[in-house]
Amino acid sequence: MELVPALARWLHLLAGVMWIGLLYYFNFVQADAMKAATADGTAAGISKHVAPRALFYFRWAAVVTWLAGATLLGSQFVPAFTLSKGMAGIGIGAWLGTIMLLNVWGIIWPNQKKILGLKPATDEEKAKARRAAFLASRTNTMLSMPMLFFMAGGWSHRAIFGM
Amino acid sequence: MKNPLDSLWGTVISGLVLTVILYEIVKNYLN
Repeated sequence: MELVPALARWLHLLAGVMWIGLLYYFNFVQADAMKAATADGTAAGISKHVAPRALFYFRWAAVVTWLAGATLLGSQFVPAFTLSKGMAGIGIGAWLGTIMLLNVWGIIWPNQKKILGLKPATDEEKAKARRAAFLASRTNTMLSMPMLFFMAGGWSHRAIFGM
Repeated sequence: MKNPLDSLWGTVISGLVLTVILYEIVKNYLN
């Protein structure tokens, strides 16, 4: 049955583009935009109208990406995650993606709720939350580079790995 | 020492370095 892996691969790519696209938006665009907007008093436009919507698609795209990826691995799920022979490349990619998903739901989203006022927090707690969310987001941006390298491992990578 | 993740360039360079390190590990020890 080739239909399930084909649809899973398609969904994995669609949701993955949305997840990592929004991650790059946060890191390459919004972080600096927020600094400039805070300086001229227009930050509320971003924090009230843009960030919550972007975060909604960001965190759920992460879940869909992971589930579609797990479906795509199918019977190779355990060999990939145990870095079995011949599966280490995609396994490293899967581990990096999993760490990134845990970062999104375990660090970025809980702290963003405080920053955006969706959860009550003092100014001091907000400042700590801002730093934690920022570093987790930057960590994910860093991890996305090897993650995409190993996820994209097809025939071209066989040449790189000398297989 | 400054945290490289505080700058975008530091983040991108860290990602490239990590890619090379993981590639070498997979190529030499796990393949």
